[in-house]
Amino acid sequence: MTMRFTRSFGPVLALALAAGAANAAGEAPEVTDFHFSFEGPFGSYDRMQLQRGLQVYTEVCAACHGLEYVAFRNLSEPGGPMLPEDQMRAYADEIEVWDPTLFDGEGDFRPATPADHFPRSSLSNAPDLSLMAKARAGFSGPYGTGLNQLFRGMGGPEYIASLLAGYEDEPDCAFDGPPMDGFYNTVFTAGGFPDSCKYEDGTHKVPGSWIAMAPPLWGDDVDFIDGSPTDVESVAQDVAAFLMWTAEPKLNQRKQAGLTGVIFLTILSVLLYLTNKRIWAPVKGKKIA
Amino acid sequence: MAGIPHDHYEPKTRGEKWLESRLPILGLLHSTLTIPTPKNLNWMWIWGIVLVFTLLLQIVTGIVLVMHYVPHVDKAFASVEHIMRNVNGGHMIRYFHMNGASLFFVAVYLHIFRGLYYGSYKTPREVTWIIGMLIYILMMGTAFMGYVLPWGQMSFHGTAVITGLFGAVPFIGEGLQTWLLGASAVGQPALNRFFSLHYLLPFVILGLVIVHIWAFHSTGNNNPTGVEVRRTSKEEVEKDTLPFWPYFVIKDLFALAVIMTVFMAIVGFMPNYLGHPDNYIPANPLATPAHIVPEWYFLPFYAILRAFDQDVWLVIAVNWLTFGIVDAKFFGVLAMFGAIVVMALAPWLDTSSVRSGRYRPMFKYWFWLLVVTFIVLMWVGAMPADGIYPYIALIASTYWFAYFLVILPLLGVLEKPEVPPNTIEEDFVSHYHEDDGVAPAATPAE
Ligand code: HEC
Repeated sequence: MTMRFTRSFGPVLALALAAGAANAAGEAPEVTDFHFSFEGPFGSYDRMQLQRGLQVYTEVCAACHGLEYVAFRNLSEPGGPMLPEDQMRAYADEIEVWDPTLFDGEGDFRPATPADHFPRSSLSNAPDLSLMAKARAGFSGPYGTGLNQLFRGMGGPEYIASLLAGYEDEPDCAFDGPPMDGFYNTVFTAGGFPDSCKYEDGTHKVPGSWIAMAPPLWGDDVDFIDGSPTDVESVAQDVAAFLMWTAEPKLNQRKQAGLTGVIFLTILSVLLYLTNKRIWAPVKGKKIA
Repeated sequence: MAGIPHDHYEPKTRGEKWLESRLPILGLLHSTLTIPTPKNLNWMWIWGIVLVFTLLLQIVTGIVLVMHYVPHVDKAFASVEHIMRNVNGGHMIRYFHMNGASLFFVAVYLHIFRGLYYGSYKTPREVTWIIGMLIYILMMGTAFMGYVLPWGQMSFHGTAVITGLFGAVPFIGEGLQTWLLGASAVGQPALNRFFSLHYLLPFVILGLVIVHIWAFHSTGNNNPTGVEVRRTSKEEVEKDTLPFWPYFVIKDLFALAVIMTVFMAIVGFMPNYLGHPDNYIPANPLATPAHIVPEWYFLPFYAILRAFDQDVWLVIAVNWLTFGIVDAKFFGVLAMFGAIVVMALAPWLDTSSVRSGRYRPMFKYWFWLLVVTFIVLMWVGAMPADGIYPYIALIASTYWFAYFLVILPLLGVLEKPEVPPNTIEEDFVSHYHEDDGVAPAATPAE
């Protein structure tokens, strides 16, 4: 009986944890389960992929979006794209930042230094992308339990890559109503949706909604010096990986610490288990092994 | 300690005698560490230590976080990102603190349900139970205010919703809400005072934890049989108990190490799984998130809050009887707090003469149904309030109240309990010495 009570709590706990992630209820978008190098307990960032992602960000996304929490010096820190110091300085030097102390306190633009942060979004309705990969991590089903996140490692980067590759021609039903603002995307769910594409009970005939961002990637938008593929899906994954790094720059260090901690604590548990067994053996009338 | 006869501390060296005659602190430590503890405690008795450890973990990590955090509406979010990116080890400390809250609630719920199953709340342990409930309420307050501090979207809009509840109190609601927030809406004054209280309350909890331990050290621990330790002589006590050190200290440390292994894996490999992603978006009063969902540990009570809407006949009846003073919103608030109050009243609602659920054949089923109800409430609390969900929430909430207000009182009369063993020793022997039926002469290794 004693054991029964104790054991029955296992599944209870698992369920309780699952319920915790049942945060993101709503229409599940069509997110592809891309594979990223940083998934799973042993995964880590692929430095070359982060460098490619940085290039995509710089050449395409930076026109509208900002990265206000990321400093240029971060680009050469361990666990990131690890640009060589001189390249990172040259990169910063190319970018103009606003410095309010210049020009007798009236402020002026100057070339950025490694300590400066990336500029904010230049387009007012384009959100900052620093933390986007973490802010869009919770869509995973089934039924909003977050289990896809748990077992298949699906999260924000999958969402971003799917979003960038998720543009399609407007569905036929959209032409039955007044023209929509924006661009039809099968993954974005927070945008406008025409009544002509809804069933009578209000459910949607087609996935996604209309997003204000024009399709940023068309294929061959960038040239990679390492010769990596430049089709939309590959480039989307590269920039999504880069945005995961901007959101969680210490991921490599964290997993390393987690692994060390788990190994250490496992050994400690085994030792304590043996100690406990030995101490209790005489009381329980068992021979000490 | 008081109740159970046991050896007292005798200072031996001159230094010990000097200190002990001025402040009997060594004696206190000695009796706390060697307190006679029922031999037959099972693995559900580990959560207390886990909770003490987690409280200390939260206090230590919290103090470091405060060194870098800025409680200002324009800077709070960025200061948390600063901790995550620039402070040495800051990302780990913050993730420990963030997930430490979840560990805290996992442990406290298991601890509470342990108490409910084995009747630990029954006489003479009512005071321990009540203090435990106070700790639990303070924990919820502390966790809620802590969640506000990163000043993300969920922080902001969650606060608006929860403090809005106080606005539902008749007549004084609006004034009360303004008083709580220090302004008519969530903003800088609210952030400042929540920060202050979030730092203060853990130390109040620490004080209450000491009183909690003091209380059950005076009555002695409950145990899975619910049978009290015999205390007419020291010999009898030694047959029923073992000293806390080393038997239970090592056992608890082993359990703690296992739990910390799991905790470390969560912090290291999926630290954001239990949090809401929207809190990585800076607070924006103008953009309300589509679904405002509290942290998982509040969900059962959040579900109860939402369960009683204006279509429930009970709500309609109460509304009519109170001439409209208690409307659906206020009813929900009362239900939410009431759900905790009825739990706190369990010692007086449970009429059974048998303490442990182990010997109560009918009680067992009702108890497990309560556990299932709790999990259902947690799940339905995260679902949108439309379709079938409100009905599920209503049924589950009703059972929560029925368990405490109807089933516990009635079972004591209707149920025919089994006969518990006469002594703890008997239970222990039947468990470990089935072949010979006698306990070996235990010589506790000091
Ligand atoms: C022409 C300007 C422009 C460019 C270039 C651009 N975006 Fe956007 N982006 C926007 C706007 C505007 C929005 C807001 C869309 C909305 O809310 O409807 C947006 C939104 C987003 C979102 C948030 C979607 C959500 O779930 O809310 C992501 C992620 C994103 N962009 C990524 C990118 C990436 C990666 C690139 C580079 C490959 C990029 N964008 C290039 C303008 C742009």
